[in-house]
Parts: sequence; C-alpha cells; structure tokens
Amino acid sequence: MKSSASEIGPVTLLIGTRKGAFTFKSDRTRRAWKLSAPIFLGHIIHHVVCDPRDRRTILMAASTGHLGPTLFRSTDAGKTWKESLAPPAFPKLPEGEKGRTVSHTFWLTPCHANEPDAWYAGTSPQGFFRSDDGGTTWKPFSSINDDPQYREWMGTVQDGTPDGPKLHSIIVDPRDPAHLYFAMSGGGVHESVDAGKTFIPLVKGLDTVEGFDPAVVTFHDPHCVRLCPSNPDRLYQQNHCGIYRLDRPSTTWVRIGKNMPKHVGDIGFPMVVHPRDADRAWVFPMDGATVWPRVSPGGKPAAYVTKNAGKSWVRLDKGFPRANAWWTVKRQAMTADAHESVGLYLGSTQGEIWASRNEGATWTCIARHLPEIYSVEAAALGR
Amino acid sequence: MTAHIPSALRSYTAQQSEVQVEGATLAAAVAGLERRFPGIRFRIITEQDTIRPHIRIFVNEKQVQHLNAPLEREDRIYIVCALSGG
Repeated sequence: MKSSASEIGPVTLLIGTRKGAFTFKSDRTRRAWKLSAPIFLGHIIHHVVCDPRDRRTILMAASTGHLGPTLFRSTDAGKTWKESLAPPAFPKLPEGEKGRTVSHTFWLTPCHANEPDAWYAGTSPQGFFRSDDGGTTWKPFSSINDDPQYREWMGTVQDGTPDGPKLHSIIVDPRDPAHLYFAMSGGGVHESVDAGKTFIPLVKGLDTVEGFDPAVVTFHDPHCVRLCPSNPDRLYQQNHCGIYRLDRPSTTWVRIGKNMPKHVGDIGFPMVVHPRDADRAWVFPMDGATVWPRVSPGGKPAAYVTKNAGKSWVRLDKGFPRANAWWTVKRQAMTADAHESVGLYLGSTQGEIWASRNEGATWTCIARHLPEIYSVEAAALGR
Repeated sequence: MTAHIPSALRSYTAQQSEVQVEGATLAAAVAGLERRFPGIRFRIITEQDTIRPHIRIFVNEKQVQHLNAPLEREDRIYIVCALSGG
C-alpha cells in the first residue's frame, strides 16, 4: 500500500548524545546543514522528539552520571526549555518493601492525533508512563509496571541491556488511540486494544538465543519495532535474533532477515520504515557473531533496504567508508524524513551524522566529532 | 543551617552554592529545598526515598545514608556528586 502527502520544507534533526543534545537544521534542499550549540551539555540525552501535532513542542529525556532522571520540554521549537515538574517515577512502596526506581526515561512517543498534549514514555528499568499535559507531569500508565506476570517477563537488571533493561518502541495505531504496542529489552512485544488496560504478548514466530525457549516471553529481545504509517496493519521489527515483519491480523512474525546476505546476517538495532510505502524498510546490520562485537560487519558500514516487504534486500553503502570503520548505530539513532525522495539519517556510536537525500542510494557525512549518538529524529518544525 | 549545593545542581538554586534550609531531619531539609527549588529533590533522592547511587550527603564531616538522619540547627549539609565515570 502506498500513500501520498510528502514534506517539502527544511528538516531539523533532533540529536540525543551521551554528552548533550544538538539540533541540525537543513535548508529546503537538505544540502546545507547548520549544527546548533550543545543543549544541556553533559547531560545524557536518550531521546528528543518533536510533537507532530503542533510541530513546536519538543520533549527531551535526560539524565546525568550523578543526578536522577528528568525531562525537558520546549514549546517554542527548541528556543527555550523547561524541566518537567514530575518526571516518570515508580510509586513509593511502604517501608520494608523494595520498590523500583527509574534510572532514565529511554523512549518518548506522542499519543494519538486526537489526544493533544498526551505523551507516552518508556523507562529503564521497564516502566510505561503517560503525560496528559504536554510532558509537564507524568503518571504510571497501564497495569504492567506492577503486574506480577509482566514483572516476571521484565526480568531483573541483570537480564537487561548493559545500561539497563528498557521499555521502548511505544506505538499508537493512527486509526485507533486505544490500539497500542510496546516492546521491552528484554521482555518481548506486547499489544493492547483497550487503551492499555490490558496487554498481551505478541512474540509468536520470533526466535530466541539458541537454547532458550521461545515460548518464554522473558527471553525475547526486540531491539526496535516500527509501524508503517501507510499501512498500520504492517509492522517491522529488528530483533536481537533477526529482522521480522508482521501483517495483522496475523499474530505470527515472519523472519524476513533470512533473506539478508549470509555474511552480513540480520542482527542490528534500528528499524526504519518508509513514510508512504509499506513495502520499503531499512536496517543497519551489525556484527552479532561470537562475542557480539556490535560493529559494522567487517568494518564496512552499510544500510540495507527492502522494497518488497522483506523478500529481498539491497546493500546501500555508497559514501560510507570502504573499510576500517568500526562503528554501529543504536536503535533510536536512524530515522527518515517525509520528503518525496525520502531522506535517511543516522548517528554513529563514534559521533558522526550521516545523511542520504535519495533513500539511501548515497550517503554523506554531515557532522563529525559529536559525542556518542543515542538518538536521531527528523522533524518538520513549525515557525 | 547551611546546605552546600554542588555545581551540577546550581541550575536549580540560581547558581547559589550555599542556601539556608530548616528541618529536624534530612528529609525535612530536603523537602524544604524542594519547596524553594522545585525539581531538585528527584535529582538526588529516588522515588523510594533513597539517596541516589552517585550522590553522597554529609552532615558536617559525617556521611549520612538515610533521610531520617537527625539535624541540628548549626549543622552544615554537603551534597556531593560522587564519581560516575567518564
């Protein structure tokens, strides 16, 4: 399925790094870019997201090495920032009971277009939160934060990623605000059709690490799940164990990564979908062999695109270093704009921003020497 | 009593490195800080009322571990950002 309505204006990249946030603004042609000064220099910025409903509100998930987590919000397209009055936090448990503490907010998703000022947040360790006032105050969302079954599926801190287990990939069906998905590393993919009152796992068809039972939700590690805007019944997923597609109402994921070149494999972090063509999606593979180096396979960075829903993949490496480039791209650090010729953008673990104005056919490095990049989002900011 | 504010938290205190607080316990003093400087408490104290891993709080020269630590009128509170990596 294809849809129309492409963007034509400048693109603003919202960049979260281990040492602060940056914006990178293009001209209308997306050939010239202007990098901002650091924003909240020294803060660990996990995600920076513009609200597509007003194109002026931006939320930023922040923490530092010393201080507890917080959120900053701008309502003037990033000119000024205010701190959230009540960032995501788990409930205080009575004395003697061991409650959880939010290490950092990891993921931000604006709610449905019909729910202005409402946002979802996913945290580390895994927690699901919602704000109904534009990110000023946050409350636990749904029952999963304290549900014994979900707590079991979340596992412990030792079961999570090195800097903490995460709730991410919060997805709102554009046709129905009550239809939600989210994913956990680890802890699987989950779906709600009742506005988050209840969730059920959606892990059938997903592989797990050899020797672990795929029937156990805990063992599933989705890295990034995306819904196709042009066909909300189609989802793509980059998982710890491969690349998948799900066409609803089916509940069984199909491993489309088996069609990737064997010497590259289908392990990676980000997953990017085309804004208007549900058959097109991009991945950025990394080395998931032996001890999991998590670098570009062979030191040769490349994106891969499918134009037929995963039946085949095409390597896109023109412009990238030909060898000896030992970096990769984190799950929130690759994104697309909505131009007619879709722009792709990625931030590397070594602080480079790479851009393509032609859907990945050629790549140009537009920034070097930034801190380690955690997230890149492309926004069409309003004036 | 005087609370010494580390540089990482002075965005909350209008860059003041020392502020006056009151309270019979550390919890009360921190609550007073929060009333004057909204948001500062959650950066140093978790939602479970524990001092955050890379924050240390000293009363005079003695490190305190809990918010129920008693305070005297002339005490000096030091909030310190401990090592947290590169």
